[in-house]
Amino acid sequence: MVASAAVRLFGMWASPAVRRVEWALKLKGIEYEYIEEDLSNKSSSLLEFNPINKQVPVLVHNCNPIVESLVILEYIDETWKDNPILPVDPLERAKARFWATFVDVKCREESRKAFFMEGEEKEKAIENLQVQLKALDEELEGKKFFSGDHIGYTDLAVGWMTFWLGVAEEAAGFKANYDVKFPNFSRWIKDFLAEPVIKDNLPPREKTVEFFRAFKQLGSCTKVNQK
Amino acid sequence: MASEKGVMLLDFWVSPFGQRARIALAEKGVEYEYKEENLRDKSELLLKSNPIHKKIPVLIHDGKPICESLIIVQYIDETWSDKAPLLPSDPYQRAQARFWADFVDKKVFECGGKLWKLKGEEQEAAKTEMIEILQILEAQLGDKKYFGGDIFGFVDVAFVPFTSWFYSYETCANFSVEEVAPKIVKWAKRCMERESVEKTLPDPKKVYEFVRYLKKRFGIE
Repeated sequence: MVASAAVRLFGMWASPAVRRVEWALKLKGIEYEYIEEDLSNKSSSLLEFNPINKQVPVLVHNCNPIVESLVILEYIDETWKDNPILPVDPLERAKARFWATFVDVKCREESRKAFFMEGEEKEKAIENLQVQLKALDEELEGKKFFSGDHIGYTDLAVGWMTFWLGVAEEAAGFKANYDVKFPNFSRWIKDFLAEPVIKDNLPPREKTVEFFRAFKQLGSCTKVNQK
Repeated sequence: MASEKGVMLLDFWVSPFGQRARIALAEKGVEYEYKEENLRDKSELLLKSNPIHKKIPVLIHDGKPICESLIIVQYIDETWSDKAPLLPSDPYQRAQARFWADFVDKKVFECGGKLWKLKGEEQEAAKTEMIEILQILEAQLGDKKYFGGDIFGFVDVAFVPFTSWFYSYETCANFSVEEVAPKIVKWAKRCMERESVEKTLPDPKKVYEFVRYLKKRFGIE
């Protein structure tokens, strides 16, 4: 076990990108010190460790900062080699990275629009999101998890959709209807959320919904400062 | 197609994203078949190989498609790992390289697009943004030969294709990259001394002709 002072994680309780890193750390059995950031009043440490984006999560390992949650996941996998989360084969790694990028860029964009916008634009975003969910549903055909029999990099990357998409739906009054339309995806959500590392490491739902409701009311077009 | 051996790249001549793949393949000495796509009439092969995004570049290796340029470059690096490593071996250095390649991905192309698509105040704002991006990259480069240090690496491959767009950015938005980021310009010249880059990047004047064609097509003046 690594001494806790050697690994620090700067995060924010409601952030899915931060949880993604925590899930990876816990899967690997890595001990770490967690530092909660007030994003309306960022600490000097956070600004020093991530001067470019000034966002959470930031992993600091032996005083070296690593930022961007997907970059952090790969760093964790390469540094602590037990319980690998990425496959060994280059083609499988490329596929894993493809789905992670797809979800982080495309699905997040449509979810953001469905969350913040109203009327026709909201409807269009929900439609686009459903096309994306269909692709994810097809990818899960014949597999328990995206990564196979056990959760891995792709599951951790897509994992925000298992909880925060539902939160966004409740907070902003829309439904992507994946429980009705996409059986593989719905089944994967249940299996993912049942994993101990995940189940024991989610923010409280009510509090998160309230947080997102307040965030929507701010009328801001940028999401919570997270990557 | 499914069992065909060999390497094929579906691409479009001016795409900086496709050029990343071409440079990586050249650095590794990999022979491949280049297929120029007509983006206004995409081939069945492209649509079948990249059904989600329907975009180039797509690398097809032994019949299996790999999409998204930085993912393709990493695949090339991991598959032909015996020569010209593009990512360092140390995990922290690798994380740094991935961060900066991602920074280039998120910032340069979109901001560059604004420089030729917009006018007036919006264009001025984009120009300020681009200068800031170039200066951040310049600070990261510092006095190193390449972003990868002595080794031409992942971040160099990610960023160098955009250097043939500098002339277009400068001409459309009226500024000089050399004035705001002289080290970047010197770095670009050093990269052009590499055969992989020199043979891949188009003449900046041809890129500008393409930008002018796009402006006409989209009715931007």
